[in-house]
Amino acid sequence: MSSVELKKVEKHFSGGVVAVDAIDLDVPDGAFVTLLGPSGCGKTTTLRMVAGLETPTGGEIRIKGQRVNETPIHQRNLGMVFQNYALFPHKSIFDNVAFGLKYRKVSKSDIAARVKQALDIVRLPGVEERFPTQLSGGQQQRIALARALVIEPDVLLLDEPLSALDANLREEMRGEIKAIQQRIGVTAIFVTHDQGEALAMSDLVVVMNKGRIEQRGAPAEVYEHPRSEFVANFLGNANFVSGTVAAVNGKRVSVVLADGARIDVADSARAVEMGEAVNVIVRAEKIELGGGGLAGTIAAVDYLGSTARYDVTLAGGQKVTALATIRDGARRVGEAVSLAIAAEHCRIL
Amino acid sequence: MSRALARPYLLLSPAILSLSLLMVAPVVFVLAYSFWLRTAEGLDVPAFQFGNWANFFSDEFYWLALYSTFKTALITTAVCIVLGYPTAYFLARAEIKNRGLLLFLMFLPFWVSYIIRTMSWINVLGKNGFVNAVLMGIGITDEPFKLLYNDFSVIMGLVYFQLPYMIINVYVSLDGIDRNLESAARVLGCTPWQSFREVTLPLSLPGLGAGSLLCFVLAAGSYVTPRLLGGTDTLFFPDLIYEAIISQLDWPFGAVLSVVMLVALGLVIAVYNRFMSLSDVYRSFAR
Repeated sequence: MSSVELKKVEKHFSGGVVAVDAIDLDVPDGAFVTLLGPSGCGKTTTLRMVAGLETPTGGEIRIKGQRVNETPIHQRNLGMVFQNYALFPHKSIFDNVAFGLKYRKVSKSDIAARVKQALDIVRLPGVEERFPTQLSGGQQQRIALARALVIEPDVLLLDEPLSALDANLREEMRGEIKAIQQRIGVTAIFVTHDQGEALAMSDLVVVMNKGRIEQRGAPAEVYEHPRSEFVANFLGNANFVSGTVAAVNGKRVSVVLADGARIDVADSARAVEMGEAVNVIVRAEKIELGGGGLAGTIAAVDYLGSTARYDVTLAGGQKVTALATIRDGARRVGEAVSLAIAAEHCRIL
Repeated sequence: MSRALARPYLLLSPAILSLSLLMVAPVVFVLAYSFWLRTAEGLDVPAFQFGNWANFFSDEFYWLALYSTFKTALITTAVCIVLGYPTAYFLARAEIKNRGLLLFLMFLPFWVSYIIRTMSWINVLGKNGFVNAVLMGIGITDEPFKLLYNDFSVIMGLVYFQLPYMIINVYVSLDGIDRNLESAARVLGCTPWQSFREVTLPLSLPGLGAGSLLCFVLAAGSYVTPRLLGGTDTLFFPDLIYEAIISQLDWPFGAVLSVVMLVALGLVIAVYNRFMSLSDVYRSFAR
């Protein structure tokens, strides 16, 4: 059963700006769905329309099968976590977490019990009497999560909840949010521009661009089999190598580069013709340095500790980026290398 | 004192010097004056006696004047809150393009002398003034209303002068509230009105408090407005100070009245500071 359904939902702002362009989306019950995309792609607007904070200019939004387009925000029973936590600074932690319960006419003793339970879930027991400014950023975000979950929402909406945290805390919280979501079994819609978060946390990744959905699928599927250049590029480190189709054998395609070197593609996503100019897409970490068919020179080295990112100029002048584990020291600029690219890691879109 | 310790004081010395000369010294002089003796011939003689103070404490006319002044200031402040808060809310929240222009327009009248602006109310509220002309023109009344030279015109003039201070204080406060807080309250189950009551209003209280204090102190200390727009029965404390010092040349008693005014307003500020933070008053000026 779908928890949230969007049918041809669109949002046009005055001045002809199309923020969200007729998108369809089914969020299965209990799933963790991520809307991923660059800023301005419509992901946050989509989330805010589900919450009721924005009104769609077209289409239909259903929550638990009920159309909610006309339902005011406060009657939708949703939990929402904001980027900057949005805790009420003038209220104690107890009053912050109890806020939603107070407006649901829960009795005083039940409120106390449920607030305590919620604080236990986010592993911050005993902070009831403190105020938001007395907590660290990570702790504040846990309280925001507790405040959203304590009302037992139909859907948990997360609007870039990790982007205000520093890097270490972000990874810790990302595991924790996912664990809590799974334990409670609440349906979650998560908005982020961070592909790492999307891939690590989601059951379903929805890549958005310019108000439309580019691709949706399980994290590995979207990463390994991007269906557009945008998706390939946005989900990290894709190379686009241009060449001409020299041989076609079913889905197997051979592409010849300007310098005469060949790249074999095991599984072309579309039918191509002999002599057609194409871009071969290959991820940086799939390019092996040493022992291969493509000759090149290292133009730049980005030392990352356990790995290094190499900008390699191919013999024909094209540039590709390779990401390689460092074993016996990084390679140097100007060094001649040969590149091996396995056919099954190449795609033509 | 070592040089490093002395440096902050050196850097502060211009401020300390100017404050001492321009603020502390005059107040000390006025305080000293309040103990001087005014002779029967009308001369002020240096002395240390409590006759002036005894005169003040024994005449309830001055207490009545103080009460009347604070009452007018309080009404002015209340009217400024009622008129200023919605205006500030609109300026902070409405989806308007020319917010800066509107704020600028609000302060534009400040370019014209306060006295001229106050006097122009005479033309608006007077017997043959704009308001009465319109009311009689459309037949609402045959006789002109008495709008001028009474408490109404004083409060009108004071509100007119103080309102921008109230609006800007509340505006700064509202503008600083994270909009997500209201969204969070709404998602958690608040109607728009409930979210205003739970989040927006409490978080804008510092600005409202600062604006109110400013309005009250400025209104209670104003002299020009009650003088120009008040009637013969208008009782305003700063006016009495003027009468004592300029009309009657009784500097010692004028000094007594000045000190009383200073202490009374100081008490108001102290009470305010007990419940609200004074630093919020300065914040809107820091922007």
